[in-house]
Amino acid sequence: MSVVLPGAALGPDAPLPVTPRAIPHRGGAPNPSAATLAARFPQAVVRHEVIWGDTVVWIRAESAREVVRWLRDDAGERYDYLVDITAVEHRDALRPLEMVWQLRSLPYRRFLRLKAELDPAGPLVVPSLVPCYGSADWLEREVFDMFGIRFEGHPDLRRILMWEGYAEGHPLRKDFPLRGRLSRAEQLSRALAANPEARYSMEELTVADAFHELPEEMKRRLLAERRAGEA
Amino acid sequence: MGLSVPPGRSSVTVDPPAQEGWVTTRLEFLVNWARANSLWPMPFGTACCAIEFMATAASRFDLARFGMERMSFSPRQADVLICAGRVPFKLAPVLRRIYQQMPQPKWVISMGACASTGGMFDNYAVVQGIDTIIPVDVYVPGCPPRPESLMHGIMMLQKKVMAERSLGKQEYEEIVVDPTSKLYIPPSRIDELAEPFGNSVHQTRSAP
Amino acid sequence: MATTRRTVEVALSTPTLGPNGELQRAPLAVGPKGEILAPDLPLGQEPDLGGEHMLINIGPQHPATHGVLRLVLELDGETVVRCIPHVGYLHCGFEKIGEYRQYNQIIPWTDREDYLNSMGNNVAFALGAERLFGVEITPRCTVLRVIAMELSRIISHLVWLGTTAIDIGAFTPFLWTFQERETVYNLWESWVGARLTTSATRVGGMAADLPDGWTDGLRAFLRSLPKTLDEADRMLTRNGIWVGRTIGLGAMNPAEALDAGLSGPLLRASGVAYDVRKDVPYLDYETYDFDVAVGTKGDVYDRYLVRMEEMRQSVRILEQALARLPDGPVNVDDPRLILPAKHKATTEMESMIHHFKLVMEGPRPPVGEVYVPVESPKGEKGYYMVSDGTSKPVRWRIRPPAFVNLSAIPRMVEGHLLSDVIAINASIDIVMGEIDR
Repeated sequence: MSVVLPGAALGPDAPLPVTPRAIPHRGGAPNPSAATLAARFPQAVVRHEVIWGDTVVWIRAESAREVVRWLRDDAGERYDYLVDITAVEHRDALRPLEMVWQLRSLPYRRFLRLKAELDPAGPLVVPSLVPCYGSADWLEREVFDMFGIRFEGHPDLRRILMWEGYAEGHPLRKDFPLRGRLSRAEQLSRALAANPEARYSMEELTVADAFHELPEEMKRRLLAERRAGEA
Repeated sequence: MGLSVPPGRSSVTVDPPAQEGWVTTRLEFLVNWARANSLWPMPFGTACCAIEFMATAASRFDLARFGMERMSFSPRQADVLICAGRVPFKLAPVLRRIYQQMPQPKWVISMGACASTGGMFDNYAVVQGIDTIIPVDVYVPGCPPRPESLMHGIMMLQKKVMAERSLGKQEYEEIVVDPTSKLYIPPSRIDELAEPFGNSVHQTRSAP
Repeated sequence: MATTRRTVEVALSTPTLGPNGELQRAPLAVGPKGEILAPDLPLGQEPDLGGEHMLINIGPQHPATHGVLRLVLELDGETVVRCIPHVGYLHCGFEKIGEYRQYNQIIPWTDREDYLNSMGNNVAFALGAERLFGVEITPRCTVLRVIAMELSRIISHLVWLGTTAIDIGAFTPFLWTFQERETVYNLWESWVGARLTTSATRVGGMAADLPDGWTDGLRAFLRSLPKTLDEADRMLTRNGIWVGRTIGLGAMNPAEALDAGLSGPLLRASGVAYDVRKDVPYLDYETYDFDVAVGTKGDVYDRYLVRMEEMRQSVRILEQALARLPDGPVNVDDPRLILPAKHKATTEMESMIHHFKLVMEGPRPPVGEVYVPVESPKGEKGYYMVSDGTSKPVRWRIRPPAFVNLSAIPRMVEGHLLSDVIAINASIDIVMGEIDR
């Protein structure tokens, strides 16, 4: 069985990577993918910059999936590894929310950061990358949990770190206080009211064929939760 | 059993000297000695303190000399619940359910700063001390506590176990609450008043 | 509602040797003349017990889940048809708190999220923060950080080895590995003052320089560790029970592994030789002579072999690091980053002002963002930090390798038996502190 070596697309004479030194704050050699991306998707790419050696490309949110799919599949790009999906909300309320995707190309040994700006007052909806990378599943669920950004096309978008009925909001938003919105006593009584055994998701209960045995009001509540999504 | 509720009184008092005799005292000592030296811990280990607990159970510090090498991960067979690590709100009902599943006699050691008071995690996600959920017998401070600290806490628990009296619990007095009294405060109001810094939204601490 | 049923083909387990002499699982159903029966039978001829699938719940309190992980398994007899993991039972708001702390104050939090690799996390954070500040560290600090990271890798793999052995049934390696960890704990305690939660780095340097005689202690450890690894090797690697319980489980081919976003020993066991130390180097790792262990099938056995070999390679790197440890200052000579010496802070005005500003406000980086990945024992770890010019980050994102690795567990356990779930879970080497943050 053969070993997949990173840097295979660079050819056998390519120099091995070294620890970077004296990285400039701005400027510096950009990742060649930024230019090819701007040429291939001129309407989707807004701008690009090199910050501390990393190339950051701002794209329009709605074109995320086709841009990433092209980056993954094109023979000259081959971004086969999704590093991270996250979001950034700035302290200045006038600045938009930024969605961040970090991609790595193992064959070309390149790293690219894609960003999309979202209006915090508008609908926070972004295409899901689950059709492109399996690892996007949980990463997007976490962004939804922490920021409230919905991913259209995600097969199972529900909270992952907080419990499913968590009503205080989305913790990493800047308007969410550090200690939460409720008093400690109220947080505790709500947490204790959650019956740990009842926390099976809809998927699990249908699997267990136990759904029809549940009491009526519980069935209605579970169906309502599913329809309404998260509070 | 010596418990009596005199009419018109709202508290129950126990008369210990009427119950102790030589045989029961020796029997009590035997039972307590057996319990204290074979406490079967249930490690409710969540985070870094669980690693230090495992180190305490390993060969350098060796919990087996306390009779505690038989870790019971099923609460049904455990004596001591050692809560090692931070407990977020999502885990709180689980902890309470596990505690309820333990049979009597049971004790709880809260290991580490996070289990005792919430530790460095004073935020939306972490329970500020498991004594808000379950009764705790011994608190072991540290982040994480050294194995010696944990053993000191275990020895304190052993002393507490040895001091238990099966007949005549002088230290427990059951107070039956009178809801019609003018001094009555409902529990939900007590919870509100007991908030040390008011509502968490107020953010009155100097450094958030 | 009708249950959807899926009956999955299972290769039952007794290890035998295949045609090329490689170890493989053999089906139990063998006919009288030694011919293999089970794969030839159409699935419909499996005895139909007429029952429905069972839903069982493992966790969140369970000894074998390496933390508070909850797995809901749909079982067809003993075979797992579907696995639904639930995480979040250790979510403690790390990333939120990071927005309220200065950069040096975040370092104790980095200890606690992947608590088995605390020094490694400290170094990873400091590397990211130093790039954000635009600061180059001293040569001595570079080598000290390599020492810290590799020692951290060794002790994290030692915990993995001990707990995996216990999960699969071998109790003794746990005691051996924790005894080795005690040696490293003593080393760390003498260096930075703590056993587990070290907080060893600061932005621009380290919390403390090595005490006298520390390197002798490390050399003694490097002599004793390979013997312990050999003992564990002798006990486990060719052990019929160990092999039988780990071969063929949870295998992921390279394409699946990359799609699932696996990194670290899981990805390398699947045959993709991606190691951040070689491919995105930091701390002059390209100048060290070491190999990257790569597996072939990506099953639990390969992951075990990869991690054992990684420990030996870490010993090699540590010996080279000790040989080249230069003298000199550990911290950068920048008064806007590093606290001044105590005697100066109490006598010179300028130092006192620097001290005051650094403690009360903290060092302030320019506006920007960084992501510096390192090779943690779990995989590609990195801290994505966004700065707006103030002393507290706008966003502190932890890229959690164990979180992404764990998200692949449904794929890995489907079709295997219930006891295999425990072995596969152990092989992923999860740390819930990092997964849930």
